[in-house]
Amino acid sequence: MSVPFSFDHHARRKLVNYLFVALTSGATLFAIAALLLILYSLVVNGIGGLDAQVFTLDQPPPGEMGGLRNAWVGSLIMCLFAMIIAVVIGILAGTWLAEYGDGNKLAVVVRFLNDVLLSAPSILVGLFVYEILVRPFHGFSALAGAVALAFLATPVVTRTTEDIMRLQSHALREAGMALGAGRGHVIRNVIWRASRSGLVTGALLGFARISGETAPLLFTSLGNPFLSFDLTHPMASLPTTIFQFALSAYDDWRELAWVGALLIAIAVLSINIIGRTLTRGSISK
Amino acid sequence: MTLPGNPAPRSMPPRGLLPTRRNDTLFQVVCFSAAMVLMAALFGLILSLAWGGWPAFERFGIGFLFSSEWNPVTDEYGAAGPIVGTLVTAFLSLLLALPLAVGVAIFLVEFCPQRIAHWLAIAVELLAGIPSIVYGMWGLFVLAPWFADHIQLPLLMSVEPGSWLDTLFSGVPNGANIFTASLILAIMILPYMATVFRELLISVPPQMREAAYGIGCTSFEVVGSIMLPYIRRSAVGAVMLGLGRALGETMAVTFIIGNSHGFPKSLFASGSTIASTIANEFTEATGDLHIAALIALGFVLFLITFASIAGARLLLGAERYR
Repeated sequence: MSVPFSFDHHARRKLVNYLFVALTSGATLFAIAALLLILYSLVVNGIGGLDAQVFTLDQPPPGEMGGLRNAWVGSLIMCLFAMIIAVVIGILAGTWLAEYGDGNKLAVVVRFLNDVLLSAPSILVGLFVYEILVRPFHGFSALAGAVALAFLATPVVTRTTEDIMRLQSHALREAGMALGAGRGHVIRNVIWRASRSGLVTGALLGFARISGETAPLLFTSLGNPFLSFDLTHPMASLPTTIFQFALSAYDDWRELAWVGALLIAIAVLSINIIGRTLTRGSISK
Repeated sequence: MTLPGNPAPRSMPPRGLLPTRRNDTLFQVVCFSAAMVLMAALFGLILSLAWGGWPAFERFGIGFLFSSEWNPVTDEYGAAGPIVGTLVTAFLSLLLALPLAVGVAIFLVEFCPQRIAHWLAIAVELLAGIPSIVYGMWGLFVLAPWFADHIQLPLLMSVEPGSWLDTLFSGVPNGANIFTASLILAIMILPYMATVFRELLISVPPQMREAAYGIGCTSFEVVGSIMLPYIRRSAVGAVMLGLGRALGETMAVTFIIGNSHGFPKSLFASGSTIASTIANEFTEATGDLHIAALIALGFVLFLITFASIAGARLLLGAERYR
């Protein structure tokens, strides 16, 4: 053997390794610190203004008292409406991919396009919906906003549905069919039922994805300083109101923007946590 | 709570309710139509952007991509400024985030006690889900002022006037510039990429790791010579996924990039990206050509991100597309 044990060589390898451990730990520390810092300023700036008025009063003119009622109500309406569309289309499409798509070239294409839609820039979805639902009808509307959000949530639901349904064992399907049930019947009454927690997780992850989206709402639902329940008119939403308030020159509006940002962060984090505990992290991204 | 793997099937409905074969076919058709709606959505997206942007492409031709003139008053539009801004911020953020993301993933998989690593990984994943508007506000109100006072001003004071460093660091010292925008983007894509890298590192067969440790490799050698080469292909996919996210990110960038037209003049000068330009100007667009130019910008952004995301998906999940 031509490589004798050398103390120098050994020491150098050890040193390099220590350096490596130090660098990766440093990277982790930095990442955690940056993210904690963001949460910290969110809480510090937002918690002071968080009171009952935020939920019960509409947005104020600068300098007056007010809250974010029109914004959070609008967000809730549009997100719920979007989720109805997304859950119906997403679960059906995911079912097709998981149950009928094997060995089908078209399914490969749909699966791929769905994965692309999953990370498509949300502002482009806003432009698309503007072209099909705002421009032809000459007006911004909450409906357009909800459709834009549905476009973003559907791929999430589709992907989770497909993943969770593929986890169900074949024995289940065979047992159902052995009893004489048709394929569709087995899927609806056995497989869907067995995947229920996974399907709920998919819906929750989709909901979490859209509840903080701002860009697709800017030119679809626009915003509205008053409380509105009319789907054919512009409607306020929490993210667009935050955007407007944060960039304004008024201190009290900025304070409300921080409160809104805190609310959104809390909402998104808790929906994500609930979704994850339902399936204990078995869903892939 | 039942685990998805061990479901408790309910009793089947009575025989009389069993559906006919026709219902089966109907159900399959309904599912198929839903999948087609999804596909139509993506094609509709492409077509509507191309259609809406057509007047601008027609008016300015290929020059639309290479002119940096963006003037709503004279109705002259060129996309080069936002395109360069988009590419510069995205690649700069990748440069900052990539080593950190790889470091975090390696630490979580190799060095951190698994109990803690599990919780850290969940925390990182959750933070990837925080909406971009929150990052944007933090960037504008916390990062930008701090950056201006503690980094930008001292740097401006210390460089020699007229030197190349002065050119690189020149700009209004308010912290709203290309560099801070990239920094925010880096913080946003960091958890995203770290999560994917961690999953990839976990997927390395334990035999390979253990064999390497068994012949006396240090952790550095195991990771550098065995694990990273093993995940090489998918890792490129993960990077492109992060790039795709950085390219299309809107709100966080709009808050902090300063929103000025034309080419970015230095690292610390204000600029714009495609997404930030659209977000800023669309609702205030003055004429039809202005709107068309913004939608044409969106079309360009779509092409850039589609290339990146499609490449990422093919590299990350080749077995899904067979």
